[in-house]
Amino acid sequence: MARIAGVDLPPNKRAQVGLTYIYGIGRSRATSILKEAQVNLDTRVRDLNEDELGRIRSILDAQGEIEGDLRKRVQMDIKRLMDIGAYRGLRHRRGLPVRGQRTHTNARTRKGPRRATIAKKKAPGKK
Amino acid sequence: MARSVKKGAFIDKSIAKAVERIRAGGARPPAIKTWSRRSTITPDMVGLTFGVHNGKRHLPIYVTENMVGHKLGEFAPTRTFKGHSGTKAEKTSKVAKK
Repeated sequence: MARIAGVDLPPNKRAQVGLTYIYGIGRSRATSILKEAQVNLDTRVRDLNEDELGRIRSILDAQGEIEGDLRKRVQMDIKRLMDIGAYRGLRHRRGLPVRGQRTHTNARTRKGPRRATIAKKKAPGKK
Repeated sequence: MARSVKKGAFIDKSIAKAVERIRAGGARPPAIKTWSRRSTITPDMVGLTFGVHNGKRHLPIYVTENMVGHKLGEFAPTRTFKGHSGTKAEKTSKVAKK
């Protein structure tokens, strides 16, 4: 079992893919880390020896900002936008798309599941 | 794509001039009225108040350190949306009237 950067223990995947289970590491960063540590990309995570793990860890420490630290920074960035009253902050507050996407349709990732619109039918009758 | 560093931050001349005048000890108006929403906020604007046009009025925007690097327009919303008819807030108030 390999444990890197706190809680992450990627299973019996290739090392390149296993590393991407760490928040802040994608495929390209994983590749560059393994290259720097001189580890074969195709070794399974369970086959990594302590030596290789140590090298990967030291590279990660040197590069900094993964997992908790990174999550915290992202949250702080969003909070900053909200506190200074910027347009992007307002969008974050309302849970709407931040980068100018349409909201007439779609935008379900930000808005969450659709809400029922029974009220629509009733409205003309009331007037 | 981000703007080239070589060019520096974009600021309308009118605003650059006004800021310079105040920095040099000129009279300080309650708010520097401007239509230039596209201007970047620079460090020497911190502590000033701008009246940023939102298409209708000049909204007073007090510039803090955190705002440096943003554009003036980001702080003056141009749209007013008070919600749809029959949304939750309004419904509850209607029921209360009855």
